[in-house]
Amino acid sequence: MKGLFDPLVLEGVEMLQILHPDGTMDEGLRPKELTDERIQALYREMVFLRLADQRALNLQRQGRMGTYAPFMGQEAAQVGSAAALGEEDWMFPSFRECAAMYMRGAPMGAIFAYWMGNEAGQRFPEGVRVMPISIPVGTHALHAVGFGLAARIRKEPVCTIAYFGDGGSSKGDFHEAMNMAGVLAAPTIFFCQNNQYAISVPRQMQTASRTIAQKALAYGFPGIQVDGNDLVAVYVATRLARERAITGQGPTLIEAVTYRLGPHTTADDPTRYRSEEEVEAWRPLDPLLRLRRHLERCCLWDQEMEDSVQAYAEEKVNRVVQEAESFPEPAPEEMFLHTLEQMPGRLRAQMEDYLAFLKEQEE
Amino acid sequence: MPKLNMVQAIQSGLMAEMERDPSVMVLGEDVGREGGVFRATEGLQQRFGPQRAMDTPLAESGIVGLALGLALNRMRPVAEIQFDGFMPPAWDQIISHISRIRTRSRGRFGAPLVIRIPYGGGIHAPEHHSEATEAVLVHTPGIKVVYPSTPYDAKGLLISAIRDPDPVLFLEPKRIYRAVREEVPEEAYTVPIGEARMVREGKDVTVVAWGAMVREAERAAQMAASQSIHVELLDLRTLSPMDDQAFISSVRKTGRVVVVHEAPRTCGLGAEIAARIQEEAILQLQAPVLRVTGFDTVVPLAKLEHHYIPSPERILRGIKQAMAF
Repeated sequence: MKGLFDPLVLEGVEMLQILHPDGTMDEGLRPKELTDERIQALYREMVFLRLADQRALNLQRQGRMGTYAPFMGQEAAQVGSAAALGEEDWMFPSFRECAAMYMRGAPMGAIFAYWMGNEAGQRFPEGVRVMPISIPVGTHALHAVGFGLAARIRKEPVCTIAYFGDGGSSKGDFHEAMNMAGVLAAPTIFFCQNNQYAISVPRQMQTASRTIAQKALAYGFPGIQVDGNDLVAVYVATRLARERAITGQGPTLIEAVTYRLGPHTTADDPTRYRSEEEVEAWRPLDPLLRLRRHLERCCLWDQEMEDSVQAYAEEKVNRVVQEAESFPEPAPEEMFLHTLEQMPGRLRAQMEDYLAFLKEQEE
Repeated sequence: MPKLNMVQAIQSGLMAEMERDPSVMVLGEDVGREGGVFRATEGLQQRFGPQRAMDTPLAESGIVGLALGLALNRMRPVAEIQFDGFMPPAWDQIISHISRIRTRSRGRFGAPLVIRIPYGGGIHAPEHHSEATEAVLVHTPGIKVVYPSTPYDAKGLLISAIRDPDPVLFLEPKRIYRAVREEVPEEAYTVPIGEARMVREGKDVTVVAWGAMVREAERAAQMAASQSIHVELLDLRTLSPMDDQAFISSVRKTGRVVVVHEAPRTCGLGAEIAARIQEEAILQLQAPVLRVTGFDTVVPLAKLEHHYIPSPERILRGIKQAMAF
């Protein structure tokens, strides 16, 4: 399977697809560990994540959540890549990666609390190898490179994965990260979810390259384009990239071609820049639909299973919302506590003055 | 005369200048087809085409550096940075080139460009969408810095900025983009850069504010009036070059002053204003120059930002402290 990269890389435009839209699979390319049971389990999580994403949109509309960036349509790209990582690996997410973060163990309730405007939600429990969400587009891949280098210096077999989008590939920091990773042979996976839009700007206006994957060639390491709505292809590509990373072969760029079925964020109205026909054309390629077709074809799916998956998803989403909403309201002191490890006297004075003001207001 | 909110007034100013001068153009993320995420560039691409209302790749340094190149070759670009928190990548181009090209070329080249940036908190946004960074802007020689607080001023100042021979950073208080409507002439007009506006006259204490804080200070002034404290409120409108004579002459009258800004306190513009006041009017001061500001912390998210941004109540407290001294 190692040779898999070569033709794809050299031609730079062929897209790896293993699980086809009709649900058939190239069994020869399916890794052994991706058993039927594992695929069923991943399907279950994808159903839960789809529902969680929709619930987040509803919460925003009800005023119970702030601006939120939905990932609907990108479940396979996120779940497939996260599932292929090893226990020791670290994830550097952008702001649309709630599904990937959840798969790495970030509690969904905490993620929701963050989108509700509570910073406490960004501090994941110890052991969860997920960095906080990075909002400035395309700027955080450098951190993944540096983090990976530190692991290599200490001879730890750790791989880092940075998530970004097609828009992020336009940023200078992204190119600096790619270049440095190439030069330093960093154990880093650059994972691009090309969801076709950076808010309103379509992919073809973002770069004149035929693919985003081919950008890796200029930096001297492999790039691979995969069908981002194909859970198995994403998994395989990420696993190969990870193997390269932890065996000292350096970085890999993966371009997962997918589609953002929803708005950029809850503040966005996509009807201003794309047609309903375009969105409709992508619906049959929905990653959940594809996976279900596959399961159905292999007699691994029936209505009973679907009902139990839906029940699991609903029960879990309800729990997530409850958890998020039972996060304690942050006290005003919270704002001051994490600026520096030790609060300087001047900042303490500002805090005390403000608390005194609040007390005066009560009187 | 149409009644417009601030976003509409800005759009109207861009439209008027693009009609008048074919070298005026806008560029940035989502400014074309989308008409801007706040709709400030709505309709410009339909009217003037994709070259003069240009969607760019997502790259703030690129947008601003490109604008400099365009300006050097006789265009009048108005670049948009979508949110204040995305300024830092563009900052390199601003500080290293845009602000220096006039000096570097000994006056042969200027950079007649505008960078529009929605700034400030109060809209319950994610991280990097609520920053107020005027102090670093004003600290940089070679650029002008404008902060409108009303729809009328926004249009007039924007047109002045576009016609200005030097680079102008035009900071728009996104929190009050749609807060008020007022009569705004359809045609082009200018409000001069570098002149403060007297919002209300008063004899007891001077309050200096700009951008979104002007409204909060106005509310505080009304609350003070009901307690027989007469506030003189100044809206600076331009922070660089700053109309210091406006507040110095006001302080000579009142002897007391409170500066309000939502940016962090330390090395904020309040410090510069206090310095200028003591340089020119120390003997007229009856109280120290007080500041009501954001804190020396990262701007918090929605659950806490109301604690961070100065409220009318906090400003009133500052006013009373100045009076009680």
